[in-house]
Amino acid sequence: MKIALFATCIVDAMYPRVALATVRILERLGHEVIFPPGQGCCSQMHVNSGYLDDALPVVRNHVRAFADARFDVAVAPSGSCVASLGHQQPMVARAGGDEALAREAAELAGRTYELSQLLVDVLGVTDAATDLGSWFPHTVTYHPSCHGTRLLRLGDRQSDLLRTVGDIDYRELPDAAECCGFGGTFSLKNPDVSGAMAEEKIGNIVASGASICTGGDAACLLHLGGAMRKRGSGPTTLHLAEILAATREHPLDPTSYDHSIPEGARR
Amino acid sequence: MSPTPLGLPVARPPVHGHGNLHAETAFPAAAKEQMRNEQMRANIHHATHTIRAKRANVTAELPDWEALRDAGSAIKQDVGARLPELLEEFEANLTARGAHVHWARDAAEANEIVADLVRATGVDEVIKVKSMATQEIGLDEYLAGEGIAAIETDLAELIVQLGHDKPSHILVPAIHRNRDEIREIFLNEMPGVDASLSTEPAELADAARTHLREKFLSTSVAISGANFGVADTGTLAVVESEGNGRMCLTLPDTLITVMGIEKLVPTFDDLEVFLQLLPRSSTGERMNPYTSMWTGVTPDDGPQDVHVILLDNGRTAVLDDPAGRSALHCIRCSACLNVCPVYEHAGGHAYGSTYPGPIGAILSPQLTGITSAENASLPFASSLCGACYDVCPVKINIPDILVHLRARAVEAENHTIPSQMDLLMKGASVLMSRGLFMSVAERLLPLGHLVGRRGIGWLPGIAGGWAQERIVPTPPRQSFRNWWASQEADND
Repeated sequence: MKIALFATCIVDAMYPRVALATVRILERLGHEVIFPPGQGCCSQMHVNSGYLDDALPVVRNHVRAFADARFDVAVAPSGSCVASLGHQQPMVARAGGDEALAREAAELAGRTYELSQLLVDVLGVTDAATDLGSWFPHTVTYHPSCHGTRLLRLGDRQSDLLRTVGDIDYRELPDAAECCGFGGTFSLKNPDVSGAMAEEKIGNIVASGASICTGGDAACLLHLGGAMRKRGSGPTTLHLAEILAATREHPLDPTSYDHSIPEGARR
Repeated sequence: MSPTPLGLPVARPPVHGHGNLHAETAFPAAAKEQMRNEQMRANIHHATHTIRAKRANVTAELPDWEALRDAGSAIKQDVGARLPELLEEFEANLTARGAHVHWARDAAEANEIVADLVRATGVDEVIKVKSMATQEIGLDEYLAGEGIAAIETDLAELIVQLGHDKPSHILVPAIHRNRDEIREIFLNEMPGVDASLSTEPAELADAARTHLREKFLSTSVAISGANFGVADTGTLAVVESEGNGRMCLTLPDTLITVMGIEKLVPTFDDLEVFLQLLPRSSTGERMNPYTSMWTGVTPDDGPQDVHVILLDNGRTAVLDDPAGRSALHCIRCSACLNVCPVYEHAGGHAYGSTYPGPIGAILSPQLTGITSAENASLPFASSLCGACYDVCPVKINIPDILVHLRARAVEAENHTIPSQMDLLMKGASVLMSRGLFMSVAERLLPLGHLVGRRGIGWLPGIAGGWAQERIVPTPPRQSFRNWWASQEADND
């Protein structure tokens, strides 16, 4: 299958290793991955901040960037951005009076999958260790981000993949479905409430006994990881794509996370 | 000037509501202030998590819960679509059964009507059933100014009233208080209370009972709200847990009900849906202990002088907006408050309105219109986590309406001098509309390494909100896009 990667703006700029991990997982399964170079952002930041006019060119760009490419399905390592494609892009296009764009956006959204959706529903992965060779011998807890949970209804897809990673010590997160407090520009506009929500989540992460909190959305992990560092809490955050991509032959050392793709790394 | 064609109705701007609906302080500042109260946060955390678990249990046990939610949503949509004819049907049935119907455009009109009705009875003290509509219009304060004392009889409302406080939750107005604080309030404010009063809930309830019993037996006028008004019979319904409402609805001679016009259901059978949805969603009970229904006047039984005031106060304006109108479907169960993490931390007072929490964040600014930066801040008081939509018994898509109102709030701003947010959004829009622009901008990422391995702990302007709570990590040396391009170049 030919799979187009929608890296999402935050992964592209801040977590390139997550995009690379996504590519490695899919190539390991024998698929070809392309990266449409014109891609930018899903527009969710603009929409959720109330700037629909400024969202329109961002939506148009996304649709055009993927229309220029030939592929079977698209994938993004984010529940929130994938939800936004189907949930918000057609609305933005209609608000801007562009019905044709709304239809194209809906069509593209219909064949864009969140990573665990693609792995489980389309590619039939049921066991990460067996099917992907995933190996990660660390204590890990998992925060199911809100939009993956409530807009995409990912259910157990992400946690089932994590539980089947080789030698993982999976810990349940108390009150897992509670929001971490990121919320896009909510985190800027309401920093005190956002910080209090993060603190509650951090308390639960610490209580889980895990040294790493993983999840499917880089933005939530950036917020949570940053809040933990600010408060000097022990655990760190790591995107689930990186855990799934880690193997016995190429293990991932989570103790010192450098956001850069290592020198000399290849696909 | 073009002539107005005769016979065509002139479109009039919607009339917005007034009363206890306007936030006086913007939400972020109000929340920051409220969050200093650790006791309040602990009380709310405990109470909301308890109710949350009960709700989850009693909704999960119903195999047709989702079908009930769909039915509730559909009935309320029908009410919105046929509101004028249903209201007239309701009025005709009430009048035929001996009740007097009054129409109030806004809070001021409703308050005046109530005061006139009370004055006509010659009393200066009335008892009240817990009611959101009368909180919304500020009836107690208005009556006090007219020399009429309104006594709240719902236990939690009584605690709020005696404590010279404001309600902070739709269902549990004193949720921010614990039993020690309640004991203090009773000792200081309740006439004739025994000084040996303990903090045992049964003793506290008994003190309130003694205090209220005397009021029930001596007061001849009661004021209530209504959970439902049935158009095809003219029946009003109040659901409650304590029985104090039942006392007010049956003992006095005069009963005055203030009902928001959206509280209608078309037929008596429709109550079957809502009397399942409401208690399970609000208190987490299968059935509420008291459901009182009355239809006009029943000769020689209960109040003989029955009035109903139909309150608009901005509801027609809400109905005018297709993207926001489903906020009127709300049955005031407060399930959205109990699951909302923002409400849990900020508390009800931070919303500055009778209606707090997620539903308040969409209802208050719609009822009043977006009139100030303060009430325009309410739709932004959410992380859009969506927990509210999942529990709403009538499936109000609160997150989508929040986003819709955010766009309205941004429209209403004066952009002559662009704000920091305007500039951020415009800049990001230009940047994110071209992969090439992003590629060029991302070449600046290595500059982030100047801050070293410890990350960024301070940022200027609105970005300061991020750094206040979080360390920004040292960015990567190269974006994925640029790394990928370099790989492709190597392969060529």
